[in-house]
Amino acid sequence: MGLFDYFSKKKPKSAQLAKERLQIIIAHERVNRTGPDYLPQMRRDIMSVINKYVPIDEDQVNVQFEKGDDCDILELNISLPEQAKAVRH
Amino acid sequence: MTSGKGGVGKTTSSAAFATGLALRGYKTAVIDFDVGLRNLDLIMGCERRVVYDFVNVINGEANLRQALIKDKRTDNLYILPASQTRDKEALTQEGVGKVLEDLKADSFDFIICDSPAGIERGAAMAMYYADDAVIVTNPEVSSVRDSDRILGLLQSRTEKAEQGGSIREHLLITRYNPERVESGDMLGLEDVLDILAVPLIGVIPESGGVLQASNSGNPVILDTESTAGRAYDDFVRRFLGETVPHRFLEVEKKGIFKRLFGA
Repeated sequence: MGLFDYFSKKKPKSAQLAKERLQIIIAHERVNRTGPDYLPQMRRDIMSVINKYVPIDEDQVNVQFEKGDDCDILELNISLPEQAKAVRH
Repeated sequence: MTSGKGGVGKTTSSAAFATGLALRGYKTAVIDFDVGLRNLDLIMGCERRVVYDFVNVINGEANLRQALIKDKRTDNLYILPASQTRDKEALTQEGVGKVLEDLKADSFDFIICDSPAGIERGAAMAMYYADDAVIVTNPEVSSVRDSDRILGLLQSRTEKAEQGGSIREHLLITRYNPERVESGDMLGLEDVLDILAVPLIGVIPESGGVLQASNSGNPVILDTESTAGRAYDDFVRRFLGETVPHRFLEVEKKGIFKRLFGA
């Protein structure tokens, strides 16, 4: 890096961006791989139950599965839309 | 030798690896599993000597001795080319297993399986009987992601995994460009290791020597002038248990003048 570059404005480096994006997508893909076989179907079932009350998109349900020593942890993170309208029955 | 993604250097690395082992006196076979798209023969410079291939041997149309091509430069080195005409389903698990057993019985020390890209049959067969896997990865998003996918398969879809064991995994980073890592435009070694968490066995720098080697059909490890050739030699030595420091990871130091005014 030269003297002139030193004073120029710093932009976020693309490699850093690549690393962050990879960490997120790979963590997501590892869940489907290391979790039990029923996980994808369970995820769909949970989706359909929630959709009975609040319309949500698939990417708003985040399922994490972690293998522990004593027990496995299933973590559900569901972000409801800002103006969640209940589905009328 | 596996990667998931194509074009990252599996065949170049397989050719270099097999040659490096043979140079050290180990009787080595290198098998092209890319049925329909064979290229190991070109990289090894024996494309005009192919008579019989891997699928011929599996189908009993030729025996191993007829199909194995003895390398002309390096003693102890044999190439088993892929078939160019059959479709991938020709590789059966039993057939592949039988060929590998026959090679072992023929006193081969190492058998390098050059996997095709993808996760279909050819790749599945190349990994199934492995004791060790070398995952070839470029410091680039799609290659790293595909390598992680392949790691998942190595941990579940191999004979060792099915028997409750595991195969040894080694990460080989290829096309590494220290200048671009320093400028922040390429994932660094630590970044890739953080994400994949596989023991590192080698880093091959981006080098004109690789293209020159494939142009002429000589495994790049024979080019002791090129940085890539020397890095492949280090990789082979590490695989055989030597402790060898990694080289070519830093940008070559510039003089004070260049540093002040930029390059």
